[in-house]
Amino acid sequence: MAIVAAVVAALFHFVPGLPTYYVRVIDTVLIYLLLAIGLNMVVGYAGLLDLGFVAFYAIGAYSYAILASGQFGIHLPFGLILIIGGALAGVAGVLLGIPVLRLRGDYLAIVTLGFGEIVRLLMNNLVWMTNGPQGISRIDQPFLFGFALKTPRDFFLLLLPLVLVALMLAWRLECSILGLGWAAIREDQDAARGIGINTTLVKLLAFGLSATLGGFAGVIFAGFQRFVDPVSFGFWESLTIVLIIVIGGVGNLVGVVVGAAVLIIVPELLREYSEYRMLLYGCALVVMILVRPGGIVGRRYNPAWIIQKLGWR
Amino acid sequence: MTGFLIQQLVNALTIGAIYALIALGYTMVYGVLRLINFAHSEMFMVGGHVAFFLLAATASLAGGPIGVLVMFAVFVATFVAVGLLGVGIEAAAYRPLRHASRLAPMLSALGVAIILQNVVMLFVSRRPLPFPPFLPAVSFKVFGAVVTLNQIFIVAFAVALMLALAWFVNTTTLGVKIRAVSENPQTAQLLGININMPISLIFFIGPGLGALAGTLYASYYGIVVFSMGFIVGLKAFIAAILGGIGSIPGAMLGGFMLGLLETFGAGLLPMLTHGLIGSEYRDVFAFSVLVLVLIFRPAGFLGEAVTEEGMVYKRDF
Repeated sequence: MAIVAAVVAALFHFVPGLPTYYVRVIDTVLIYLLLAIGLNMVVGYAGLLDLGFVAFYAIGAYSYAILASGQFGIHLPFGLILIIGGALAGVAGVLLGIPVLRLRGDYLAIVTLGFGEIVRLLMNNLVWMTNGPQGISRIDQPFLFGFALKTPRDFFLLLLPLVLVALMLAWRLECSILGLGWAAIREDQDAARGIGINTTLVKLLAFGLSATLGGFAGVIFAGFQRFVDPVSFGFWESLTIVLIIVIGGVGNLVGVVVGAAVLIIVPELLREYSEYRMLLYGCALVVMILVRPGGIVGRRYNPAWIIQKLGWR
Repeated sequence: MTGFLIQQLVNALTIGAIYALIALGYTMVYGVLRLINFAHSEMFMVGGHVAFFLLAATASLAGGPIGVLVMFAVFVATFVAVGLLGVGIEAAAYRPLRHASRLAPMLSALGVAIILQNVVMLFVSRRPLPFPPFLPAVSFKVFGAVVTLNQIFIVAFAVALMLALAWFVNTTTLGVKIRAVSENPQTAQLLGININMPISLIFFIGPGLGALAGTLYASYYGIVVFSMGFIVGLKAFIAAILGGIGSIPGAMLGGFMLGLLETFGAGLLPMLTHGLIGSEYRDVFAFSVLVLVLIFRPAGFLGEAVTEEGMVYKRDF
């Protein structure tokens, strides 16, 4: 317990002192980590391959952009929009979940991919609401409990506790009866139905909860960047989040953290070779998958293992 | 009005033929490996570039009967070159993952797609290259619509290729083996078929056809660029799903269907909604069709109806 508290305290103390560039990168890692924790519930726990997760990210981001900028002249507070954005995304998640309940495997992946693309295209084309390809700029600065969130440091102080809470919640969910239901669906959906698990409810909860987290991440992202446009919410983003989970270690929260760190930091390190960056990324991806198809962090090293190592229980 | 409709029909058939050729590659690979080959769209793009360079190298021989022979030689060379590339990719990036989770080969394919796109972007050209037209710009007026020789050639050539493929997989032993492996690799192995060769052949033919589609597309639009694979590939993939993924006739049908849906949908939407929904919603239309088809008939038009009992695997990936 003491070790964990010490690590967290150290993070709070040292990171804000780092140069702004590093803090900005860490903020990006934390936002993607939030997204990955959400997607991990659907892909990792419930075993449902969702390739359109970016749609919920977009819904959250655009909620903040529309409700707190000059677009319509509405200026709602950040905290309120966090709730609204999360709720909207959650509802969208459930709405996506309902028609795809019967689909399996690749068909589910393709439909979710299509859904993600439809949302992006709608953002691009509903110009009266979203300002189309130009995006919405000059979004309000977020204020939370009277504090202005201006610099990457401020966002770090907001994101770190949020991410820690999200990690704890995800872990508690994984160990709960809902998490067991997800695991049952992941292993054998028909058998799960056979022993009386309400697969409909469990699946919809997976979609809804993950989408809500995605929405939160979106709202924060919009406040962080203060500019949104449809380009940032394409298939590529969905894939990045899926990659974080898969390369880190599917279904494993420790793997998700490692994956987020690796997938955001490594391209930043390669920024010097900016031209060859994507090429190296592609090569690294293929090599990684060939060498360790299960992900960097093995199944054994999940949060339970960490808790045990720290002598918490 | 008739002229408008015929014009749309011709456009639809042309782009549909191209989608169909690419969709064949997706469907054959999915049928045998249950893998969505993200790298396939890049075969399309690489094919266009290979043809560009071959045509540039033989530009002096253009024109006349020799020119026609050279043109077909370029086609054959493009087919073979990209086909071999496909076989190599399968051996290096997919075969080792055959027994891993279903997600691993998909991500490997993604990595390969990134590599191919970036290699072309960095080492060939970042900017679009002008593709030489290999047919004279002749056009005919049919009931008020303008039909170019290029369009006729694309449709005719694509249909000829599809007929050749259909003949191959239905008549020859090798082709029947491919169909068997495509339908169910495990049973094929039980029957004594060594699946490695048919799989390599599928990865030769599929990307080869995609490459030819890239050549035709490049000649239609006049340019090749490293980014041309993504959207066209995605649409061809939708076409394969429409027709029933895993089914070769399905891919052919799906390609033409998507071409028709897209062209008429985008062309008629403004008219039907009095300008409320414009043709820029073409892509949304295509994706919405995809989602609807998958919800109500996931197997597509020519695929077998997918029932829950029919799902042999238990874990989704």
